[in-house]
Amino acid sequence: MWSLPILLLVVTIALSVPLSRYFAAVMDGRLKALRFLAWFEHRLNSGEQNWKQYTVAMLAFTLVLFTYGYVVLCLQPIAPLNPLGRGILAPSLIFNTVISFMTNTNLQHYAGDQHLSNFSQIFFILPNMFLSASIGFCALTAIIRAFRGAATVGNFFVDMWRVAVYIYLPASLIAGVIYIQQGMPMTYASQQTVSTLEVGSMGTDDKGVAKPQNIIVGPVAAVIPIKMLGTNGGGFYGMNSAHPLENPTAGSNFETTFLMMIFPFTLVLMYGRMLGRLRHSVVIYCVMLAMMIGLIWWTVDWDTLRPNPAFTGTEQARDYSVAAADAPNGVRTVSLPAVAGLPVDQHLGNLEGKELRFGTSAGAVFAAITTDVTCGAVNAEHDSLNPIASLAPFAGMWLNCVFGGKGVGMINLLLFLIVGVFLAGQMVGRSPEYLGRKVGGREMKLAMIALLVHPILILGPAGAFAASDWGTKAESNPGPHGFSQIVYQFSSASANNGSAFDGLSVTYGPNDNQNPAPTAVQLDIATGLVMLFSRYLPIIAPIAMAFYLGRKKEAPASLGTMRDDTVTFGFLLLGTITVIGALLFLPVAALGPIAEQLGPIPFGG
Amino acid sequence: MDATLELTTHGRSARTQRLFTAGLTRAALRQSFVMLRPDIQWRNPVMFVVEVGAALTLLFILRALFSGEAGPFSLGYFIALDIWLWLTVLFANFATAFAEERGRAQAASLRRTRVATPANRRRVDKSFERVTSIDLKPGDIVSVSAGEVIPGDGEVIEGVASVDESAVTGESAPVIREAGGDRSGVTGGTTVLSDRILVRIVAGYGESFLDRMIALVEGAVRQRTPNEIALMLVLTAFSLIFLIVVVPLWPMAFNAEQYMTSYLGLPNQLASLGTDVPTLVALLVCLIPTTIGALLAAIGIAGMDRALRANIIAKSGQAVETAGDVDTVLLDKTGTITLGARRASEFLPLPGVNQREVGLAAALASAADLTPEGQSIVAAVKQMGITAEAVAAPAGSSFVEFSAQTRMSGIDLADGTKIRKGAPDAILAYLCARGKAPASGVDTLIVKAAAEGATPLLVADDNRALGIVVLQDTLKPNISQRIAQLRQMGLRTIMITGDNKLTAATIAKRAGVDDFLPEATPEAKLAFLRKEQAEGKLVAMMGDGTNDAPALAQADVGLAMNSGTQAAKEAGNMVDLDSDPTKLIEVVEIGKQLLMTRGALTTFSIANDVAKYFAIVPALFAATLPWLKAIDVMHLHSPTSAILSAVIFNAVIIPLLIPVALRGVRYRPLGADALLRRNLLVWGVGGVIVPFIGIKAIDLVMVALHLVA
Repeated sequence: MWSLPILLLVVTIALSVPLSRYFAAVMDGRLKALRFLAWFEHRLNSGEQNWKQYTVAMLAFTLVLFTYGYVVLCLQPIAPLNPLGRGILAPSLIFNTVISFMTNTNLQHYAGDQHLSNFSQIFFILPNMFLSASIGFCALTAIIRAFRGAATVGNFFVDMWRVAVYIYLPASLIAGVIYIQQGMPMTYASQQTVSTLEVGSMGTDDKGVAKPQNIIVGPVAAVIPIKMLGTNGGGFYGMNSAHPLENPTAGSNFETTFLMMIFPFTLVLMYGRMLGRLRHSVVIYCVMLAMMIGLIWWTVDWDTLRPNPAFTGTEQARDYSVAAADAPNGVRTVSLPAVAGLPVDQHLGNLEGKELRFGTSAGAVFAAITTDVTCGAVNAEHDSLNPIASLAPFAGMWLNCVFGGKGVGMINLLLFLIVGVFLAGQMVGRSPEYLGRKVGGREMKLAMIALLVHPILILGPAGAFAASDWGTKAESNPGPHGFSQIVYQFSSASANNGSAFDGLSVTYGPNDNQNPAPTAVQLDIATGLVMLFSRYLPIIAPIAMAFYLGRKKEAPASLGTMRDDTVTFGFLLLGTITVIGALLFLPVAALGPIAEQLGPIPFGG
Repeated sequence: MDATLELTTHGRSARTQRLFTAGLTRAALRQSFVMLRPDIQWRNPVMFVVEVGAALTLLFILRALFSGEAGPFSLGYFIALDIWLWLTVLFANFATAFAEERGRAQAASLRRTRVATPANRRRVDKSFERVTSIDLKPGDIVSVSAGEVIPGDGEVIEGVASVDESAVTGESAPVIREAGGDRSGVTGGTTVLSDRILVRIVAGYGESFLDRMIALVEGAVRQRTPNEIALMLVLTAFSLIFLIVVVPLWPMAFNAEQYMTSYLGLPNQLASLGTDVPTLVALLVCLIPTTIGALLAAIGIAGMDRALRANIIAKSGQAVETAGDVDTVLLDKTGTITLGARRASEFLPLPGVNQREVGLAAALASAADLTPEGQSIVAAVKQMGITAEAVAAPAGSSFVEFSAQTRMSGIDLADGTKIRKGAPDAILAYLCARGKAPASGVDTLIVKAAAEGATPLLVADDNRALGIVVLQDTLKPNISQRIAQLRQMGLRTIMITGDNKLTAATIAKRAGVDDFLPEATPEAKLAFLRKEQAEGKLVAMMGDGTNDAPALAQADVGLAMNSGTQAAKEAGNMVDLDSDPTKLIEVVEIGKQLLMTRGALTTFSIANDVAKYFAIVPALFAATLPWLKAIDVMHLHSPTSAILSAVIFNAVIIPLLIPVALRGVRYRPLGADALLRRNLLVWGVGGVIVPFIGIKAIDLVMVALHLVA
């Protein structure tokens, strides 16, 4: 039960310490690379860039990635490696998918095994996973260099090269080999036909013999390591990490969970090492860890250790008197009838939607972690979590800095940190300072812009979809549950997480699909735009902020300055994150998961 | 002498008024309504949002009145809501207006001293004419005699006088002002008590320090510091964030209504407070940081006000804030750390001479020396049991005065004996010049004296050095505690002194300063200051002399003494009217208190919001999702009473915190970490808890008074 999360955290923490040393060396250019790799790196070096040049390079690179992705997906019908004849996807779906992978979100409005050819998997999915994952990493590096007070923040292309080739590539190779050993397919073939022992869903032929089953395969072991390491999360199969070929064993499940945690953990320490303030980064690390432990505990406690309320029933009817002008006497009574529990053995907790191959708590643990680190891979149906337990995945995406995505999570945390320092830091009787530099109006303006983006992009569209057919027609259940589905979709898109609550009909599929989800186009476009805006504004504004802060004069610390490496500071940071997070999202949480948990059973079917 | 009478009654007493007085309150009340004008209210964006919300609610009420349908909720609820929204704006305006009025009252009490006074202006032909102070221009020279009021700011160019500066400083003890040196500055409106002085006027009528002080006190209302502007920006951004939170609640509540309508099978769509615009306005007002938004201006004005009451004129609000950020304080040894009057404490004879001989010689050399040092030597000798007659200058002797060239003084007796006392190297050079061999053992004695932090004086007669007079400088009482306090506050203290290194080191150690700058010249002082600033530190210093001016201008906080020269006062960014060298410590405290108060109330304001959610969210959805009542931990009476309680709490917390904003959160020299922990507990955690209690209490009161259904 608890051994899985504890073991995962211990292993990740233990490995993040030495890895952070390696990362810092790579990003500082202290690594002695193989000669031909170093030659390439040297070729790429177009000179030191200031923050504006760096940002422009990053955006230009993104534009290239976008165009490239669009072309590859459009070529799918005529490209090779497509023996199953996958057709072209619907235009809105291509738009959504290209942005989704470009922004490291990997929100999938399609099912990989049904809609993509191996050509698309290899030439669209794979490079996007490597490159988009590197962008956040590069942005954090640029911020660190700006904080050091340097006028230039490095070279974007060199940084991309270092991250992708010296960090992601070797790590993916090692992880891939282990996956293959665990039984993950690695082939150019598209499907295998097998005869099953029992009659499956394929039915029988005329002679009463079980029909052969077609199993989709492909270069799965090439995609999955970077899917997890880069906290991409876009599955090869529609079922993502719940699929037996994408996650064959409990061992591969452990590896999968570990891979998505390791880099976000490491980057926090890298931040401290590169700034020469390891203790400060340890405090941040502990704050993030405390939040992660809290969220894992919440999910496991409410989901694995408690029964599914839909089965337990309620023994007593509840009546609520509600003031209503149109009711007689001005009071309407809303009664929730008593519901008999179902005869289901629930001593293992809520088992709905779980992959029991991995153990009972694996689904809950994975759900909490994948949303914390904005990975978005799933190995269980988040839709089937006990309603109140699903608060933890929501919170992970809302805060978006419980380690968060590689680089981006740390950047998001810096925003909360700057706000906390600015608001509460004055309580030591000095103007607010961070890293010995006074935090002024310009830095705060940039921080607030970045901080505003996330709630606007979640609450705005979620509100619009909840009140209109666009949302209500797509949800599988009306009421709070359906509301949760809509909010989850936009939270996932805005956090660049990419996991799905499921239950929301979002799939258009191939362009010739006669029966697509009713509001798939609206959802494709809305989430596509959300992903786009929530990715770049919260990266660019903090880079600018770091630049303006970094160029200020650094004052030495004294007894009178607020120390950023103490327990007190940790509590200040934790308080800022939880209070601001709660203020932003408490109403939505009340309307969704909390209302569902407290409401009648079965609420909304 | 009406003017004099009036002048003496104003002063510090007038400026240490009670927090609330009827007159002030009345004026502030009137002003709070004037400030409702949108173009004025706009300057405070947070409160402007509240005003717009209140106006919007008013429109809803008017529409309901004219159309005759109030909707599903009682009209009384909306009217109560709107009244409290307007009150929120008024409370905020009152806080600002009240602080402004206090400042104005302050200014008025100072302005009363600025009555036209008669002046004796010197004509070109050196005769004097009678004019009034209004006619004076910079450069004019006036004569002021005992009992007359100095007509304008200026510098004494001739004479010495005792001056009563209580009109400006509130301090009744007279001070000495004299031509030349660093005590030549006089302030218009102060009274000469004795003697007659010639003053060169340096500021024309209306440009004197008092005028500038008045302008600053009144200007503090409008001038915002960069810190304040940045905070207002963040508060506005927070208001925007909460707008983003509140606006989507309408469609979300609509979604819940749709669902509940179908769940209950109702013919018409159900209505809840969640889609009621005035209620959503109330939620928005509760969430946006109105508390700090209301008090921000008052906190800043109060900071200036506190400085003024400590008799410090800061040339801008920013100067006060900067004082809180200071890292290094340069303290002059003499006057700040030590009393400044060196006293003879010991006589150390050279070999072959006894102590009595040294004492006698020193006393004779000092017999006509009226400086405190000279007098202390005579007094010390008398304590050794030598009679007054023995140390009196014998008839026929002549006194040799101290001069900067010879650096010694002494007496030539009638019998031709020359006794000299002075700086050891000067005396030794004197003896050498007379062909006498340097006495052995002098160096040891000098080092011994210096090691004790004392200044050695060598005494010699015609033929030989006799011994050393040890002059001890006494530390000011409590100065080591104050310096320790500064260290607790995280400040580095640097002692500036003209003493040699050894003496300086000893005094520095005794006083507990972190570092010292010995043998300091104005250039060395400036260079030291620049070096500290290059390391990113902010430096504060105090000075009075003209040669301090460059350093005062360079320092981040330059506190000039009012008694100092005009150049020094122009160079600094603050002037201390009391000319008290320890005032720097107070200045730093005032700055820190200002920043702390701002941080504390901001934290409190944001932390308050948590409780309001617990009151309002269940109320919003009481009609659609009644089971959310479970998160209403305060068990409030009804949805409308819950919302009203939250709004009322949000409004009344503003006037309740006005005293905190004006008096400031008490600063304790604890060190940043302890201070942060303490304030986080009080204002952060307290800010989360207090509104739970407050909202519940308001709800109970409303129920008890049958004010809510």
